[in-house]
Amino acid sequence: MSKSIFDQGRREFLQVSCIAGVGLLIGCSIRANASDSTKLHTNPNENVKPLAPNAWIRIDPKGTVTVIVNHSEMGQGILTGLAMIVAEELDADWAKMRTEPASMDPVYANPVFGVQATGGSTSTSTCWVELRRAGAATRELLVAAAAVTWKVPNRECRTKDGTVVHQPTGRILEYGQLVEKAAGMPVPDKVRLKSRKDYKIVGKPIPRLDTRAKTTGTAIFGIDVRLKGLLTATVLHPPVIGGRLRTLDASKARAQKGVRHIIPISSGVAVAADTFWQAKKAADLLEVTWDKGPLAGLSSDKIRARRANLSKQSGTTIRESGNVERAMNGAAKVVEAVYELPYQAHACPEPMNCTAHVREDACDVWVPTQNQGGTHEIAAALTGLDLDRVRVHTTFLGGGFGRRGYVDFVIEAVEISKAVKAPVKVIWSREDDIRNDRFRPASYQVLRAGLDDRKRLVALHHRSVCSSFMDGMIDMLASAIMPRWLPRFAKNAAATVAAPVVKHFRSGKAAVEGASDIPYAIDNFLVEHVNDDPGIPTGAWRSVAYSRNVFVVESFIDEIAAAVGKDPLSFRIDLLGKSPKHRTVLETAAKKARWGESLPAGIHRGIALGGFHDTAVAMVAEVSVDDKGRVKVHRVTAAVDCGTVINPKSVDTQIAGCIVFGLTATLKSSITIKDGRAEQSNFHDFPVLTIDEMPLVEVHIVPSTTPPTGIGEAGVPAIAPAVANAVFAATGKRVRNLPIRPRDLLG
Amino acid sequence: MIELRVNENTHRLDVEPDTPLLWVLRDQLGLTGTKYSCGIGECGSCMVHVNGEPTRSCVTPVDQVIGKEITTIEGLTGQVAEALREAWIEGDVPQCGYCQSGQIMTAAELLASNPAPSDADINEAMSGVLCRCGSYREIRRAIHRASGRLRK
Repeated sequence: MSKSIFDQGRREFLQVSCIAGVGLLIGCSIRANASDSTKLHTNPNENVKPLAPNAWIRIDPKGTVTVIVNHSEMGQGILTGLAMIVAEELDADWAKMRTEPASMDPVYANPVFGVQATGGSTSTSTCWVELRRAGAATRELLVAAAAVTWKVPNRECRTKDGTVVHQPTGRILEYGQLVEKAAGMPVPDKVRLKSRKDYKIVGKPIPRLDTRAKTTGTAIFGIDVRLKGLLTATVLHPPVIGGRLRTLDASKARAQKGVRHIIPISSGVAVAADTFWQAKKAADLLEVTWDKGPLAGLSSDKIRARRANLSKQSGTTIRESGNVERAMNGAAKVVEAVYELPYQAHACPEPMNCTAHVREDACDVWVPTQNQGGTHEIAAALTGLDLDRVRVHTTFLGGGFGRRGYVDFVIEAVEISKAVKAPVKVIWSREDDIRNDRFRPASYQVLRAGLDDRKRLVALHHRSVCSSFMDGMIDMLASAIMPRWLPRFAKNAAATVAAPVVKHFRSGKAAVEGASDIPYAIDNFLVEHVNDDPGIPTGAWRSVAYSRNVFVVESFIDEIAAAVGKDPLSFRIDLLGKSPKHRTVLETAAKKARWGESLPAGIHRGIALGGFHDTAVAMVAEVSVDDKGRVKVHRVTAAVDCGTVINPKSVDTQIAGCIVFGLTATLKSSITIKDGRAEQSNFHDFPVLTIDEMPLVEVHIVPSTTPPTGIGEAGVPAIAPAVANAVFAATGKRVRNLPIRPRDLLG
Repeated sequence: MIELRVNENTHRLDVEPDTPLLWVLRDQLGLTGTKYSCGIGECGSCMVHVNGEPTRSCVTPVDQVIGKEITTIEGLTGQVAEALREAWIEGDVPQCGYCQSGQIMTAAELLASNPAPSDADINEAMSGVLCRCGSYREIRRAIHRASGRLRK
């Protein structure tokens, strides 16, 4: 595939032509300011091709700079952030920046995952060096083109706001005017990156590129894709997770207006009609019986009981230092607690959907996805087409939170389109979306702490009973593959499985992140993972394992501090001798929140420390609990160190957004299992935080010059323990299960 | 055949009378700015104006709005709309953006009936429109900013 798109010699980007029969190319292409492109005083030659010096940048004769973005925009502001990185090194005019989603090519693979995908808060960190180099190389190329034009040495030329200036004479050429000349010149291999002190764009609160489209209803999400002859399909899924179709009587449904096809597919029964409503109404008329499958009768209570038993056995040791048992035996005081966390749904505002158009010789997929690589692979496997005959078009994502890293909805769209020989858009109802989610795993966690006679924490033992989540993804891909394609898929799967990240997921290490990598120095420390997979599909949920484990650890640390009568802040600081970054973040949050100072009557503070991978976050929550046990969060003060900040506004809104996401799971919602299915199905029984429940949020960025570490998930983990610890301060009741239930705080 | 007034245009449509207005707008008129998210009137993403009243189009059968003036995000114009859009853009309110049509349509009705809403008024009017990304802080600021602009 690589060679079909790139001429390896000149690295020239060739626009892939649109496959005939699919009229329009839809993506999340966005420009900074549409009106500006018409105001240019250059006189572009329409025949001049855009300059494409590398896989990331294209400049047209009007001077418009297009950044090819290999990451999905799901609200985190990545289009703007990556364009800012390029614009900085390119010395571009920000008003002429636009973005375009990347096509499928290995060059666009996320090095963390081995395929093109957005997740793990890796977009900025993985693009940081490459995009700066791409921008700098393009800038130097344009300088060289100007120097040749003027017949002057390169060193007499400077760049500024999308122009090259010849300093001695003051002559100016715009980038667009240099496109033709530059196209024939070699792209520099080695480039010098800007010094941080010269940054004009990176680090500034630049407005997002996608805001205008998102305030006028013109941004195209996956669900908005429209094609000629498009059918819309709904899928009737088995009521019990993992159930199978036994009998189907579609006669009533088939007689409905607009219904075109009713077909069994691997995940249920698909109804394809002219419109969504016709498909949905007809699906309600299907007469179906199901084999319930192995999960029939499974409930959250049964899972819990099983795990309580399993927690008595030791699991896989993920991290160990010192000797926990010996230290516990010698401890002056031992504190023990059991924490439990439920399944959680992603509840993306845009329900899962995918549009596929399978033809004899090609396949196009339009999809709001975090996993272009997996989409590409599965569509090729299901159609039997070569990878270079399958194209994936990334739209805007109406929320992702990890859910859109899975391809179950892609499989459905491709299966149906292939069967009915027409372009098909599959739309899940909200009920489908909640019930067929790949939930944040539930967990059962047992902790013990040993303190010496000076009230110091000398031992911590954390045993977590939980399912992994990556196995499910690999199984899902494998199960969708028919044997005749197996050899090729096996080859690809082998490459995928070899990726370090997959090994990490499979080892159980991923399940205890947030517990095994705590910043506290404790001489005797043991973290064990007991793998228990009851069969409920689970997946990555914003901040993944940190969302569970940081709550558990930070609540338990608070519990230990309270048990020995120490201040929760100073108790933590005493343990942070080896983690200066975390200590600074914690102290910043505490200081900004005026930790230790008096508060209005009835309001209490709680503190917690915990980010996501290399991003450190601390939060102080101010909370009141009324006489009915209802918790109100008044204010959250957060501090964050995420390395170099690309856009401080994005850091601020991502942390605030993470707090809202986390508060829903802290105060309002969970998924419970009964008879092998989720009991919840829509926002009436899976309520999410509303504007009247939104606390004041202040975000303080700790300055840093290290490379960026990611911000899309780091604000989720600390909010639940900060609130729970404040609830303890208010009521004396320790919260060991979420969401917090008012009845648990009474009496 | 029914006749529907949407964004000051009249459309003649062949549609089952119980079809929710949302799907007529999206599937038949191509007005995809109005979003489907819950289908049961819980989330507000599908908010449109019917004779100026904010209305959840996912639970409004199309035969109930025949002869009424329907306005969607694509057709939202006027002083309030302009003030809101400017404030929304200035404050970079949207994250994923999926709920924002519903937010803006709801805020537009709030400002039309109450040009200087308090925080409590904003809570009252806006708490039925869910934002999973959590842009509530920015929504509140933008409504205040638009309100300020309208009163100048």
